[in-house]
Amino acid sequence: MGKEKELVCICCPLGCRLKVFAEDGKTCVLGNHCKRGKEYAIKELFHPMRSLTTTVRVKGGAYPLVPVRTNREIPKEKIMECMKILKGMIVTAPVKTGDILIKDIAGTGSDIIASKDSGASFQDLDKML
Amino acid sequence: MYDTVIIGAGVTGCAVARELSRYEIKACVLEKEEDVCSGTSKANSGIVHAGFDARPGTLMAKLNVQGNRMMEELSRELDFPFKRNGSLVVCTDPADRDRLTELYERGIKNGVKHLRILEREELLSLEPHISEEAVCALYAPEGGIVCPFGLTIALAENACVNGVEFYLEQEVKQIERMKDGWKLTTGTGKIYETKTVINAAGVYADVFHNMASRQKIHITPRKGEYLLYDKEAGEHVTRTIFALPGKLGKGVLVTPTVHGNLLCGPTALDIEDRDGVDTTAEGLWAVQEKARLTVEHIPTKAVITSFAGLRAHEDGHEFLIQEAEDAPGFIDCAGIESPGLTSAPAIGQMVANMVRNKLKLKENKKFQKTRKGILNPEKLSLKERNELIQKEPAYGNMICRCEKISEGEILDAIHRPLGARSLDGVKRRTRAGMGRCQAGFCTPKVMEILAREQNIAWEEITKKGGKSRMVIGEK
Amino acid sequence: MEQYEIIIVGGGPAGLAAAAAAKREGVDRILILERDRELGGILNQCIHNGFGLHTFQEELTGPEYAARFIKQVQELKIEYWLETMVTDISPEREVTVVNSRRGVCILKADAVILAMGCRERPRGALNIPGFRPAGIYTAGTAQRLVNIEGQLPGKEVVILGSGDIGLIMARRMTLEGAHVQVVAELLPFSGGLKRNIVQCLDDYGIPLKLKHTVTAVRGKERLEGVTLSQVDENGRPIPGTEEEYVCDTLLLSVGLIPENELSKQAKVVLNPVTNGPVSDESFQTSTDGIFACGNVLHVHDLVDFVSQEAENAGKHAAAYVREGRGGQKDVRKAWEDCTIVCAGTGIRYTVPSFIDIQRVEKEIAIRFRVTAVFENCYVELLADGQLLTRKKVRVLTPGEMAEICLKSDEAEKYPNMSVLQIQIKEA
Repeated sequence: MGKEKELVCICCPLGCRLKVFAEDGKTCVLGNHCKRGKEYAIKELFHPMRSLTTTVRVKGGAYPLVPVRTNREIPKEKIMECMKILKGMIVTAPVKTGDILIKDIAGTGSDIIASKDSGASFQDLDKML
Repeated sequence: MYDTVIIGAGVTGCAVARELSRYEIKACVLEKEEDVCSGTSKANSGIVHAGFDARPGTLMAKLNVQGNRMMEELSRELDFPFKRNGSLVVCTDPADRDRLTELYERGIKNGVKHLRILEREELLSLEPHISEEAVCALYAPEGGIVCPFGLTIALAENACVNGVEFYLEQEVKQIERMKDGWKLTTGTGKIYETKTVINAAGVYADVFHNMASRQKIHITPRKGEYLLYDKEAGEHVTRTIFALPGKLGKGVLVTPTVHGNLLCGPTALDIEDRDGVDTTAEGLWAVQEKARLTVEHIPTKAVITSFAGLRAHEDGHEFLIQEAEDAPGFIDCAGIESPGLTSAPAIGQMVANMVRNKLKLKENKKFQKTRKGILNPEKLSLKERNELIQKEPAYGNMICRCEKISEGEILDAIHRPLGARSLDGVKRRTRAGMGRCQAGFCTPKVMEILAREQNIAWEEITKKGGKSRMVIGEK
Repeated sequence: MEQYEIIIVGGGPAGLAAAAAAKREGVDRILILERDRELGGILNQCIHNGFGLHTFQEELTGPEYAARFIKQVQELKIEYWLETMVTDISPEREVTVVNSRRGVCILKADAVILAMGCRERPRGALNIPGFRPAGIYTAGTAQRLVNIEGQLPGKEVVILGSGDIGLIMARRMTLEGAHVQVVAELLPFSGGLKRNIVQCLDDYGIPLKLKHTVTAVRGKERLEGVTLSQVDENGRPIPGTEEEYVCDTLLLSVGLIPENELSKQAKVVLNPVTNGPVSDESFQTSTDGIFACGNVLHVHDLVDFVSQEAENAGKHAAAYVREGRGGQKDVRKAWEDCTIVCAGTGIRYTVPSFIDIQRVEKEIAIRFRVTAVFENCYVELLADGQLLTRKKVRVLTPGEMAEICLKSDEAEKYPNMSVLQIQIKEA
């Protein structure tokens, strides 16, 4: 069974319209103007990967949420599954940037890490004023 | 049993309420919306007309001139923004000069003072942006501008402090005659029995009148669309510029507002929907085109918002302020269209007198005639302002950057009598959200304050009551 | 009156980078004024990634990018006041501020750097007809509600405008369980980055309708629906093309405007194209000692460029303070002897607008935006009509800021250059 896909290249502002085909282990990319475009198309065809950024509820932080992200890209089709896991989650302050909140989320091999301190910079107010 | 129930907390209802509170009376106001000043009174030109427009001898003419004269003192008593900036009716066709003279004479008959006809040169010296086509103009220094929310809310708060009860989100559904008065039933099933009813229901006044009386009246909602411009355009004109009605119809006015914006409008379109306050592409286009007929170079790009309001136009184009003949104790304030805002103080007095005579009311010795508006720290000296912030730190926390409104002012708006409960309520009282970013910046902050102060969840916060929720809840 | 060498208005990416750079140049008395509860500005609500590729060669989220600069500012012991609103700046560089701890105070600065960022165009500026119900937000306000306050504005969403914030919010709302039905764009192209169109719209099957706008808003209390219409080449709705959408939320991503209230108070001359101050190569505005950088100067699409620009502005402000220039020079008069940078064919605007050729040390980056999409073209620099340099470019779009450098050795050949023109030439 062959695979094919039409997509827009995001490697540069040119935004080439690409067509990528794969059959019997061979791939063919049309419409690209450079090597990066070809690699992008093949990756998008077989295993598109994405970063996920979202928020998690936090108790006792400066704000009700702390922003989080995956520490490496995850398969695109896993995004919604990860969102479901993160939606029900509540963490307790203090959370520091880079803290791992979930290891290997949804079997993706990627961890969910905080991308901001939960109580960042508020205490500085008194100091500075 | 109430002495009086007022239907409608617009400027008319609130003016009547305030004047009635001078007497010993058990009175209440029923309002279908979540706040006072939520219908016609909130979306109009904010003009205090001099009084040359109405036909001599009409109630409209009389109350207009009276209302205009009362406004200044009232604005001091009740602390709302009012400015006598003067009005100009501009004539752009030499053939129309007679009609301008006619207007002048009408004004004299109505008792308007200091009217003068200006020739082009003097007109241009007063208003440099007036149209190339301008020939002459009628100048009425008595004309003024007022904040319609400021006026209405001030009247309501003062009435409330003096003992008039206000019930919001109480829509009157049924009016029945009783042996010695009237029985009003609202949508929530509450019943109010009263000796007299004041029908100040704006575009709904005919509905209530026709429930009580067999002599039917008919009100047409007449839509008027407006464009509001940034304060950077606020000094484009200093007086209120009207177009002399001519071959091209009635024209629109161009005026500064008391807060320093520029306002153009209204159009006039008769519609059926009594809540049909949607703007239209045609209407907004017409406002711009018509404004250009009297004033040049209005900066189109400076528009910050547009809105539409409904005037309660009665078929006879006259204020109907009287006890219905076949409905004793049912007093109409119907057909209160322009100059209704100007006339409101006079209407309040007139109706209060009618009720006083009818019910033989005694003077309320405890009547407080003054009211303090929301403190504006910008008006204080630096020293006073710093003392205030030291005492109340919330006055140092800026919430609305465009209009420079502090948290202290918003707290005051929420906690004063008949305080704000919604974003629009806060906006109308403090102007937070009324500036050039149109609440983009302050919305989350005002929501946070509303939730905290009323101890409610974010999803219960509304823009303007009812189903106008701002968010659907925690994600 | 408290005295500072440099006062920086705004603690977002521009303010932070400018402050750090000025401090490193040896300026000691620096103060950053920030209106929010923390430093970082709008980056705090931009929780998505894609920041920092140019500056740090890695992909950071907004808060992470901000944190790197906040750390620098803290390590450099630069003073900052939070929850502090600047209400006035005089041309004499007196800065009036208010906060709840100190009340109102007036500060004096040798130099002021404007770094207030930009704001979103509201609905009113577009004159979208219809009712005015709840449920209509600018994309940035919705972003704050979702990412900071944890509140979801609605479930059924239409987005007008395909600016980057609109695209980012299309994905964000989808991830949070809302249904984004469509993104409508008035222009025949999107102003957003390609990557955002692919990863925020295409990934989630959200259609992008070019040459469309909202022509009616329904719902008296909460939004109930909108009408989209196709527009003609002048942007006017075409009758008969109306499509109805049932939705409870309309997000607007229809353009950003530099915050220019304070600039105006400081009597700074504004560029009608950018809506930001006119500036020279030192990022000084027309008011002596008042500098500007970041989105307050002109709206950027990449924060990395904001940081770069702000760093330069910080250095120049430091030099200004060091040289003791803190007077009341007539900058506009001085500009008369400078080279005017002129936007030629295909160029919408340039920053800077004036260059003092004598002051150019190594090179000057001239930033610009183009008026339309150009493919395989040359960007040319002309000194009084003579071709100075040119570079070939694969593609230029109005949505992406570009730059070309004027090298000092090239400029030196034309010491009396009065006009430096940038233009696009099709190859």
